[in-house]
Amino acid sequence: MSKRIVIDPVTRIEGHAKISIFVDASGNVAAAEFHVVEFRGFEKFCEGRPYTEMPAITQRICGICPISHTLASAKAGDALMAVRIPPAADKLRRLLNLGQIVQSHALSFFHLSAPDFLLGWETAPAQRNVFGLISANAGLARAGIRLRQFGQEIIEILAGQKIHPAWAVPGGVRSPLSQEGRERIRAWLPEAFATTQVAFDLWKKTMETHQREIQIFGNFPSLFMGLVAPDGTWEHHGGKLRFTDSSGSIIADQIEVSRYAEFIGEAVQNSSYLKSPYYLPLGFPAGIYRVGPLARLNVCEQMGVPKADAELKQFKKLGCGAVTSSFLYHYARLIEILAALEYIERSLDDAELSSDCLRADAGINSLRGVGASEAPRGTLFHDYTVDRNGLLQKVNLIVSTGQNNLAMNQTVAQIARHYVKGGAGAIPEPMLNRIEHGIRCYDPCLSCSTHAVGQMPLHVRLIAPDGKVLGEVTRG
Amino acid sequence: MAAKTLTIDGRQITAEEGATVLQAASEAGINIPTLCHLEGLYDVGACRLCLIEVAGVPKLLPACTTKVAEGIEIKTDSERLRKYRRMTLELLFAERNHVCAACVSNGSCELQTLACSQGMDHVRYDYLFPKWNVDPTHELFGMDHNRCVLCTRCVRVCWHIEGAGTKNVAGRGTKAHIITDLNMPWGDSDSCTKCGKCVQACPTGALFHKGATVAEMRRDRSRLEFLVTAREKKEWITAD
Ligand code: SF4
Ligand code: SF4
Ligand code: FES
Repeated sequence: MSKRIVIDPVTRIEGHAKISIFVDASGNVAAAEFHVVEFRGFEKFCEGRPYTEMPAITQRICGICPISHTLASAKAGDALMAVRIPPAADKLRRLLNLGQIVQSHALSFFHLSAPDFLLGWETAPAQRNVFGLISANAGLARAGIRLRQFGQEIIEILAGQKIHPAWAVPGGVRSPLSQEGRERIRAWLPEAFATTQVAFDLWKKTMETHQREIQIFGNFPSLFMGLVAPDGTWEHHGGKLRFTDSSGSIIADQIEVSRYAEFIGEAVQNSSYLKSPYYLPLGFPAGIYRVGPLARLNVCEQMGVPKADAELKQFKKLGCGAVTSSFLYHYARLIEILAALEYIERSLDDAELSSDCLRADAGINSLRGVGASEAPRGTLFHDYTVDRNGLLQKVNLIVSTGQNNLAMNQTVAQIARHYVKGGAGAIPEPMLNRIEHGIRCYDPCLSCSTHAVGQMPLHVRLIAPDGKVLGEVTRG
Repeated sequence: MAAKTLTIDGRQITAEEGATVLQAASEAGINIPTLCHLEGLYDVGACRLCLIEVAGVPKLLPACTTKVAEGIEIKTDSERLRKYRRMTLELLFAERNHVCAACVSNGSCELQTLACSQGMDHVRYDYLFPKWNVDPTHELFGMDHNRCVLCTRCVRVCWHIEGAGTKNVAGRGTKAHIITDLNMPWGDSDSCTKCGKCVQACPTGALFHKGATVAEMRRDRSRLEFLVTAREKKEWITAD
């Protein structure tokens, strides 16, 4: 028997993160559910449209990671055409994704998360945000904003628009990297590296003072999934799927993304509009896996670039086998920023990025196409079925935040366990900030999670085993 | 031919007898918004965007099909005209499903450009959200009825420049739509010569090159004008 603390999707308040915390008969936390209500029913909406429109339509799914959707969609388009895209186009798409990783991770680290661990949990919400960070450490806040701009600049140079570019298309990309763009990126790189170094120094101090957070913010065994290169090197756009377990052992490797459905099941829970994917061979909910920076670093053997590889070695020491604390998503994000910068630097001397051989041309040669790409938040799948003329019959999307849904639930439960103990159903105030941060570790792509100004709007209910609401808090 | 003298927006203008007000205005450098008009094709006055006020005539008249006459006074811009133009545009948007963000013509669409230039910032009418399909059966081109404004430019170019007579209009009112031959999939049409003139003529994203992605359609109308001029001036007919 259990009771629960609920943030209810039925009585949901627009833009609020809804959290239910279930308590057992003795008043201790049994489980928690973070209800994701963001999904917009795009899959139905796309049916009957030409697949060529998908990179543009799907990038409207989420205003937070349009680039990731456009890339996964273009890849699914490549699969429908059954073409191998020109090497230059692949390199350019990769560069775009690296820009996206840098800008997204910088936003997550500096704007959204750093205020919590730099300014302290008990800081008033009015200060515990990027503006508070600016008054406490203007140099750092500014550097963080500039690092994000650097990523956005790459996107702008390649795709012309910061938001919603339709530059990656089925078969390739539309335009090469200009010489001027190349030089602009080159000139900005040293500053981006320097900022990343500052972030690392800061993070290492944070780890010393935040041992408790490392212990309780989503520290549990689970599987991890991500794309890897044939030799196990970190991948972000290309490669094949690998699953590892919490001991670090590989349990499935080099799986073609088109075979994802043999390995990933999707459970639909009433409490959430999002499907909860799990590792099929282990069943639901034992097959819980995590995606995103922490998972990518757990599944890969090396980053493939020297500075990030040195950091990866230190990172891997934090776990026996896999690194299992979700608080260390932040660390993983920094390592990925560093790797992205090194890869960007490396690509700048590649003449092929100026090639004008950028797009394969073909009709429909396969009636089903799956594309996957590593979005900043985790592996993103687009699966399209079309008719002979390329009109979509069926669309299935597996988004990163959905894949982390089960892990987010466990994280919230683990944090709540430390604050709700056999009580009368009160929701302690300090718990809210920590739950908020626990969710933020995953950098979920929900509009509510990106309230850079001020705290995340929360609606928490504590519910008894008989369904009675014991406590309820709405904040923000 | 006799010349006619008329006034457009307070300016004295002379135009050839038989010319339309639209021709007279454009020769005088006065811009009148149009949608169904296409240089090189005869006009049908279908879209009503080129409406003008003629002194003494209570009705608004389309500039593209109204002939110049001696002494008439014309206004091409007034609060009333602007109101009607906006209304017409809003109705065009409400009648079909326009999602510019995912459209092949985004950024180069005549309807979109008109909406911007006429200050149409929202649609006051209820969208009809009709269920129209995409015809992707042609080897080279596609047609998305969701974006068609029934300007019939494709029909006229197909009949009168190409001479194929493939494109036609069927149905009435909101059911009116463009068909190929006797309402068959475009890909099954025997009469279509695959010349692509209709695609060049279309002002919106309704007709497109297959495989074109968002904002990728760029149309070259000068090719149509080139053909018409060559025909009218008999440029391709040798003297002997
Ligand atoms: S046809 Fe023009 S107005 Fe319609 S969706 Fe396309 S760009 Fe927008
Ligand atoms: S398909 Fe294009 S050219 Fe033909 S009537 Fe529709 S909008 Fe006009
Ligand atoms: S341009 Fe005159 S009615 Fe369309």
